[in-house]
Amino acid sequence: MTKHYDIIVIGAGPAGMSASRTAAAQGARVLVLDEQSSPGGQIYRAIEKPHNQRRRELGSSYQDGVPLVHGFRQSELDYVNAASVWQLSADLEVGYSRDGIAQLVRADRIIVATGAQERPVPIPGWTKRGVMTVGAAQILLKESSVVASDAVFAGSGPLLYLAVHQYLELGVPVKAVLDLTPAKNYLGALPALFGARADFAKILEGWQWKRAIGAAGIPLLTGVDAVRISGEKSVESVDYRRRGEWQAITCDTAFLHLGVVPNINISMAAGCDCHWSHNQACWTVTVDDWFNSSVAGVSVAGDGVSIGGAAAAEAQGGIAALGALHALGRIDASERDRLAAAYRIRLRKEMGIRHFLDLLFRPADRLRVPREADTVVCRCEEVTAGQIRETLDLGCCGPNQLKSFSRTGMGPCQGRFCGHTVSELIGEASGLPISEVGYFRLRSPIKPLPLKELADLAHSSKE
Amino acid sequence: MHTLPRNEPGERHAAGRVKKHADAVVIGAGLHGCSTALHLRLGGLSVLVLEKDYPGRHASGVNAGGVRRLGRALEEVAMSMVAADMWKHMADLVDDDCGFEASGQIKVAESEGEFDLQKKRVAMLQSRGFGHEKLIDKTILRERLPAVSPHCVGGILVEDDGHANPFRTVTAFRRRCETLGVEFHSGAAVTAARQRHGNWLIETAKGSFESAMVVNCAGAWGGRVAALLGEPPVPVDAQAPMLMITARMPAFIEPVVGAQGRTLSFKQFANGTVLVGGGHRGRAESGTNATSLNYQRLAINAQTALDIFPIMSQARVVRCWAGIEGVMPDQIPVIGPGSEPGVFHAFGFSAHGFQLGPVVGRILGELVAHGRGSLDIGPFAIGRFADKGDATQHGARSYGG
Amino acid sequence: MFTKIGQTQEESVRVWFEGCEMTVGKGLSVAAALLGEGITHFRNTPVTAAERGPFCMMGVCFDCLLVIDGQANLQACMVEVSEGMCIERQCGAADPELDPALAATANRGETTP
Ligand SMILES: Cc1cc2nc3c(=O)[nH]c(=O)nc-3n(C[C@H](O)[C@H](O)[C@H](O)COP(=O)(O)OP(=O)(O)OC[C@H]3O[C@@H](n4cnc5c(N)ncnc54)[C@H](O)[C@@H]3O)c2cc1C
Ligand SMILES: Cc1cc2nc3c(=O)[nH]c(=O)nc-3n(C[C@H](O)[C@H](O)[C@H](O)COP(=O)(O)OP(=O)(O)OC[C@H]3O[C@@H](n4cnc5c(N)ncnc54)[C@H](O)[C@@H]3O)c2cc1C
Ligand code: FES
Repeated sequence: MTKHYDIIVIGAGPAGMSASRTAAAQGARVLVLDEQSSPGGQIYRAIEKPHNQRRRELGSSYQDGVPLVHGFRQSELDYVNAASVWQLSADLEVGYSRDGIAQLVRADRIIVATGAQERPVPIPGWTKRGVMTVGAAQILLKESSVVASDAVFAGSGPLLYLAVHQYLELGVPVKAVLDLTPAKNYLGALPALFGARADFAKILEGWQWKRAIGAAGIPLLTGVDAVRISGEKSVESVDYRRRGEWQAITCDTAFLHLGVVPNINISMAAGCDCHWSHNQACWTVTVDDWFNSSVAGVSVAGDGVSIGGAAAAEAQGGIAALGALHALGRIDASERDRLAAAYRIRLRKEMGIRHFLDLLFRPADRLRVPREADTVVCRCEEVTAGQIRETLDLGCCGPNQLKSFSRTGMGPCQGRFCGHTVSELIGEASGLPISEVGYFRLRSPIKPLPLKELADLAHSSKE
Repeated sequence: MHTLPRNEPGERHAAGRVKKHADAVVIGAGLHGCSTALHLRLGGLSVLVLEKDYPGRHASGVNAGGVRRLGRALEEVAMSMVAADMWKHMADLVDDDCGFEASGQIKVAESEGEFDLQKKRVAMLQSRGFGHEKLIDKTILRERLPAVSPHCVGGILVEDDGHANPFRTVTAFRRRCETLGVEFHSGAAVTAARQRHGNWLIETAKGSFESAMVVNCAGAWGGRVAALLGEPPVPVDAQAPMLMITARMPAFIEPVVGAQGRTLSFKQFANGTVLVGGGHRGRAESGTNATSLNYQRLAINAQTALDIFPIMSQARVVRCWAGIEGVMPDQIPVIGPGSEPGVFHAFGFSAHGFQLGPVVGRILGELVAHGRGSLDIGPFAIGRFADKGDATQHGARSYGG
Repeated sequence: MFTKIGQTQEESVRVWFEGCEMTVGKGLSVAAALLGEGITHFRNTPVTAAERGPFCMMGVCFDCLLVIDGQANLQACMVEVSEGMCIERQCGAADPELDPALAATANRGETTP
């Protein structure tokens, strides 16, 4: 028999933990599924490891996760770690795998809190061995205490500086930092600074990280407008263009980062409506005030909706859970609104700085949509920007037709590292707004599923 | 290269509205619509194709690509034989081989009982003069399919059957049509049709169209379009056959494989990925174009693949999908003239219409031009269910592959 | 160049990579363990046989695919090391001899959803 819960929460990051705690506190039967080995999500990854709880070098925001995870652990709910969710259907069936066994579970409400992933950085050479994302550098550090010395960090956004700062605090040598924030963004974001005033401390913190990098004698180059990775098989140098001139920095590891984008695969495969956010330059899930998606019974909260950061994710998780509890008839509307009030205040505050950050760190067009014909767009099937443009010239119009013609997006990552670029490339070629261009039609399984595990479902469902 | 009369769709201005007209309008740009349009055009008519989404969006673009005569209902065999020949010379018709590979198709028997059934079928076909299905014993089966499980006892082989690339096929037909002057209108869902002065006036989301002849190639939506064209209700059901594809695997099999006792359609592509399908259905909502997968049934499909090819224990499924297909109660399509003048139908291919694409277009070309075709289409008459109480008595036929 | 920092892992396990024995920290992902040993070449791509290693470390890029205990296509960043684990590079289409003709057909010959 398929197990049935009141609420299934997918993801145990700030949004998922907050949602499941809130729901469990009202007596709902809650199942939380997360593919990591412990709760925390991306920001508070591996926070239960003793060495991390002592590590002041990871910064104060990391330590904010300690009470959150603690509260989550204290809650009356079923939490399954190392559980990789591969399907969510519109009729609220969830499929996941753990230890080589696939299972189907059901609930009356689903809260998707799958967070963000890093934005593709389609620059020449980004597929070479030795190139990783800045998030990957952080994961290696938090989870395994593995670091790369003398690496070049290139990109834009708070996470770039946070990661470099963490490296410095731990005494790991950094070769150089290349800031790809377009110069014109500083001016463009200025008017939004007023809205961000409540979070001045955060802006100040960012500025201090930057200063610390300079103080440590690490070359911090701003105004870089193009980067490429050179090397025969692996990274040999990071080349950059600044004030019209190309320079090279020799290194064997490069960490890239252009911000994060919502991890939309589960929501899209379930059929949730999405739309293109111009400011964040990414696909975001369409939700109402209670974070209900367009699919009945499915809420989406946190960075998996649109990028808002950890504190916003936590607030959204709470609000989504209260909305779900109300829909289940567990709390009345006034109770729901009363409990949501504090979350809403918090969310409003977070959204103030978000607009400023969005404008400031919106990556330049040429970094999102490669100019060079031989830059790889689809890493899995190794399809280049040139090949895609040629295919589009043949009159193939949408992302799905492009997929059929060129295999772009057909590899195991299922478009996670090319989908955004493809939407924008088609927008560029057709002149259509990105929202109209659309995205790949996604289907479960959203993660590869061993055929044998699938076959075993035939037996388990008979029991 | 055929030379054609310069006879192309034109425009007429009536009461301020632009109205397109042509000799024939084809509704639906699946493979059958595109093939029909091509053959009508080759017959010298001007042709417009109206498609509610885009060409190849539905069954024709997302199917398993199986090109088989193997296991066809007797009514379809003659037509399927002609189609097989057309597939062999596909490039002559559409300037592209459509990715067709004559890899052979085998239907595996998993028990002596199943093998006996196969013997009877092959004998029956031979008695009607069809020698394409050949029995193979355990040894030859193993030679052809080294990876097959030892419990399999034999099978039926059709040497020149194989598979092609569905979306590429629809595209090749569409392009060929366009080169010859056929006009395609995407996003043009037909919402109404009426007769006036011996012509059909057809309303769509993209304006109105006029023609003397209309061909309904609307797949799973064929019943609705038929109703617009004045037919009594047709029992065509929208179903959603499901498929799954694996990550690349080492090459282990060439022919396309089906099973006698269970539904299976199984093939490995040159790039190493393996496509597994069969008759298992998800849910189809033809109104919204939505389909949903049924994992309990996919699981049965996976188990079948695993039983027949133990190497599949290494496989990882990377994508699953379902397509919307029109299925008739007797599992054979509707092909032929409609009740009203100038109307023709070809829909409801019941999950095995891909291989028939080229020939059905040819048949309709003949029908429209000469009023009759070179093949017997009696069994496919649209009115065949009209006075029968229980339409499902014909029972199930094999599908997929 | 990747290295490990901080106190060495309390517990460790032995694994084999391409036939070489190595001792790595318990609880690490296979990807982190190999990177910590300075290994960045995890696989060759099926289309052009290019060398690849982990990119995202969070299970979304599929560039860290390895053959682990005989099972191909596993994400090294999502699998924990275990005692006696046998790890191999993944070559192309999980096919030892990458056939250039196969690479050429890779853009054709599959159906899509
Ligand atoms: C690599 C990376 C590093 C980051 N580091 C920081 C940082 O240091 N500081 C900061 O302020 N922000 C960081 N962020 C931004 C981060 O998105 C937010 O700060 C915050 O973590 C968002 O919370 P969330 O709950 O919405 O999502 P997340 O914290 O991302 O949590 C989502 C959870 O869902 C799980 N999940 C996703 N898909 C599945 C699936 N299919 N099956 C099962 N489980 C699944 C994940 O394992 C994860 O635990 C980082 C983002 C990324 C991508
Ligand atoms: C998953 C799957 C696997 C299959 N595998 C095989 C196989 O291996 N071998 C095989 O031989 N067959 C197979 N089939 C069956 C085969 O795909 C179909 O029989 C065949 O493609 C039907 O073609 P069609 O042109 O009739 O329909 P479709 O391709 O569905 O085309 C009908 C078109 O009509 C359009 N339309 C509908 N209503 C309107 C309207 N009102 N106005 C305008 N346009 C309209 C639709 O949008 C659609 O594009 C499979 C089918 C599926 C779904
Ligand atoms: S490194 Fe990206 S999936 Fe493992």
